[in-house]
Amino acid sequence: MASGKREKFDNPVVEWVDSRLPIFTMVQKEYGVFPTPRNFNYFWNFGAIAMFMLVTMIISGITLAMHYAAHQDMAFDSVERIMRDVNYGWLVRYIHANGASFFFIAVYIHIFRGLYYGSYKQPRELLWMFGVLIFLLMMATAFMGYVLPWGQMSFWGAQVITSFFSAIPLIGDSIVVWLRGGFSIDNATLNRFFALHYLLPFVIVGVVFLHVWALHVTGSNNPSGVEPKTEKDTLPFHPYYTMKDTFGLMFFITIYAVFVFFFPNSLGHADNYIPADPLVTPAHIVPEWYFLPFYAILRAFTFGINIYLLVGLAITALAVFPLFTRAKGKDIDLKSMGVLMAIAGVFLLGGYFSQLELASGDIALPLPFSAAFVDAKLCGVLAMFGSILLLFVLPFIDTHPNRSARFRPWFKIGVLLLVVDIVILTICGAKPAEGFWVPLSQIGMLYYMGFFTVGVAFLSKFEPVKDLPESIYKSVTDKPQKTVAKG
Amino acid sequence: MKKLVLFAALIITTSPALPAMAAGDAVEPPKQDWSFSGPFGTYDRAALQRGLQVYRNVCAACHGLKRVYYRNLEALGYNEAQIKTIASEYTVQDGPSEEGEMFDRPGRPSDKFVSPYPNKAAAKYANNGAYPPDLSLITKARAGGADYIHGVLVGYEDAPEGTELLPGQYWNEYMPGHVIAMPAPLSDGLVAYEDGTPETVDQYALDVTHFLTWAAEPEMEHRKQMGIRVVLYLMVFTFILFLVKRKIWADVKKKKKA
Repeated sequence: MASGKREKFDNPVVEWVDSRLPIFTMVQKEYGVFPTPRNFNYFWNFGAIAMFMLVTMIISGITLAMHYAAHQDMAFDSVERIMRDVNYGWLVRYIHANGASFFFIAVYIHIFRGLYYGSYKQPRELLWMFGVLIFLLMMATAFMGYVLPWGQMSFWGAQVITSFFSAIPLIGDSIVVWLRGGFSIDNATLNRFFALHYLLPFVIVGVVFLHVWALHVTGSNNPSGVEPKTEKDTLPFHPYYTMKDTFGLMFFITIYAVFVFFFPNSLGHADNYIPADPLVTPAHIVPEWYFLPFYAILRAFTFGINIYLLVGLAITALAVFPLFTRAKGKDIDLKSMGVLMAIAGVFLLGGYFSQLELASGDIALPLPFSAAFVDAKLCGVLAMFGSILLLFVLPFIDTHPNRSARFRPWFKIGVLLLVVDIVILTICGAKPAEGFWVPLSQIGMLYYMGFFTVGVAFLSKFEPVKDLPESIYKSVTDKPQKTVAKG
Repeated sequence: MKKLVLFAALIITTSPALPAMAAGDAVEPPKQDWSFSGPFGTYDRAALQRGLQVYRNVCAACHGLKRVYYRNLEALGYNEAQIKTIASEYTVQDGPSEEGEMFDRPGRPSDKFVSPYPNKAAAKYANNGAYPPDLSLITKARAGGADYIHGVLVGYEDAPEGTELLPGQYWNEYMPGHVIAMPAPLSDGLVAYEDGTPETVDQYALDVTHFLTWAAEPEMEHRKQMGIRVVLYLMVFTFILFLVKRKIWADVKKKKKA
C-alpha cells in the first residue's frame, strides 16, 4: 500500500497523517483523479445510490434497535411505541421501512445496468459475483427485518419461507427446526432473526468493500462496452462524477422522501399492522414486492419431475451441450439441435400435461408412470434459489466478445424482454396462485430460466459480432451511434 | 435522463398497486372525501371530537383503543382540564399498592384508553367467540383504510335471497366474504351531537372513521407538513445541483462538439 511515489500535501496536518498512513493519497487516487470513462449515462448513478441506501439503512436501523424489544410479547408494541411516543420515531421507522424498498429499487436498476451493458463480462466476473452475493445477503437481511415488527405478515411470511427448507429430502425437517430454533415460529425465531438482521448489514458492508475494491482494479465498464485506451476516453472522478452522482442521488432521494412522508405504507401490507396470531392465517400470504418475482417462480411449480420430464430435460441438455463448449457457431449443427429439441419438447410437454389436473379433476394427458419423483415443492425451491444462482455463472455462460447491448441487437431484445418477464412475474407473485396466473407464471419462469441458460449461450455463439467504435472518445463524438454500430 | 424519469414514473405508478392487487375478493368501498387525504390534508378537529363521542358511546362497548393515551386527546383540541375530566370517567386498575393489593382508581391523562374486556378470552366469551379487535390501528390494518372502515359501518344490508346466515351473523356489503359477526352498530339519532351536525348513520360513520384514522396515525399532520418542506427543499436543491453539474460538465460537452 505504501509503495509508489507519494506527493506531499501542503497542509501540515494532512501531510503528517498521510506520511504515516497514506489515506489522503488513497482517497485522492481512488476518488479524486481516478480515471473514469467519460460516457457514463445516469444508469451509472445507482452504485453510489445503493451505497447511500446501505448507510441510511444502517443508521436508521441502529436507531430503531435502541427502542425495539425483540420478544414475541413486546415486539409489536415496541414498534408502535416507536411510532407514537419516541420523538420522530415514526420518521426513523418510515425511513427504514421504505428504505428497504428503495434500496432494492436502486439495486435492481444497478443489476439491470450490469446486465444490459455487459458489466459482468471479462475482466469483471468476480466484481459481478460479489454483487450477486451482496444481493443474496440483502434478500436474507430484508426477509428477517420484515419479521421483526411481528405482525401477521411477519409471522406468516417467516412460516412460509422457513418451511421451504422442509422440501430438502431426509434432513429438511431437521433444518427447519434448526432455523426456527423450535418446532414452530416463536420467540427463539424472533430473537435469532433480530441478531442476524443486525449482523448481516455489516457483512454486506464487508462484501461491498470487496466489490468496490475489485471495481477499482478493473475500472468501470461504460455504455459502449469499450475499454478506455487513452486519456481522452476518461475524466477524473472528481469533480465530474462526484457531481453527477450527487445530482442523481438527490433526485432519487426526492422520490424516496415523497414515499416516506406521503405514502409511507403503500409499499407494505395492511395485515402487518395486525399483531401476529399463530391461530389466524391471513387470506393471502404475500411477501414484500421485491421478492414477488422469485415467489412467482417458486409457485410456478405446480408439477414435479416425472420420468417424461427427466427424459425431456436430458435430451435438451444433450441438444444444447455444444453451446457450452468452445465450439464456434459455424461448427455447431443447428439442424440436429433443432430435431433433438423438438423430441425433447414432446417429452417435456408430455411430462407437464401428464401432471396437469384440469378444472374437471381429470388429468389432461393420462400417461403411465407419470407420478413425479422429485415433488413440486422441492422443484419450486430449487428453481427459486437457482434463479439467483444462475446470475453467479452468467459471466461464464456469456462468451460473446461484445459487451454492451448497444452493439448486440439480439441480446438487447432478449434482455429487455427479460425486464418485461420479471414485471409479469412480479404481478403473478402478488396474485393468488389460481386460474390463468399459474400458466402465466410458468411461462414467465420458463423464459427467465431459458434466457440465462440456453438463450445467453446461444447468443454467445450465433449473434453477429459487430465492429466496435475505436474508442470511447470516438463513440461519443461520432454521433449518431447507429452508423458506428452498422459495421 | 428522460429514460430515468420514465423509469421513476413507472415505479411510482405501479408499485403502490401491487399490495392492493393482492387484496382480491372484496367489494371496493366507495371513496370518501376525507379532509386528511392528499399531501396537504389535515384532520378536522370538530369531526375528531364527534368521532371520539361516537367511539365512546358506541364502539367502546366492545372495542379497545389501547395504544392511545388520554393525554393524546390534546390533538383533538381539548384542554388539560377537559382531558382530565374525560380520563376520570374511566376506572383504571392500578397496583400493587404498598399493601400488595391491586386497586381501582379514576383514570388520569397519562393512562391509556381502558379496554372494555380484561383480556382476549373474556372479549371472545362475551361475543359468541368473535373477537372485537382493538381499534388503535384499524385504518392501517385493513386494505382500503378509512374508506373500508366507513364502508363496513354503513354497509349493512339484508342478505340476498338464498343466503343462509347463522345466528349472530350479519350481511355486510363491504366485508370480505360479506359475513360479519358485529351487528350493525349505528342507527340514526343514536348519539346526540351538540354542534347541529346531522345525526345520521353515514355522518356517525364518517366521524368515527376520522377519529380512528387519527388514532392510527396521530403523526400524520406533522408528517405531511414536514414532508412538504422536505420535498420542496430537495426539489430546489436537486435543481441547483443539476445546474452545477451542467456547469462543471460544460467544457466536456463543448469539446465533444468541436
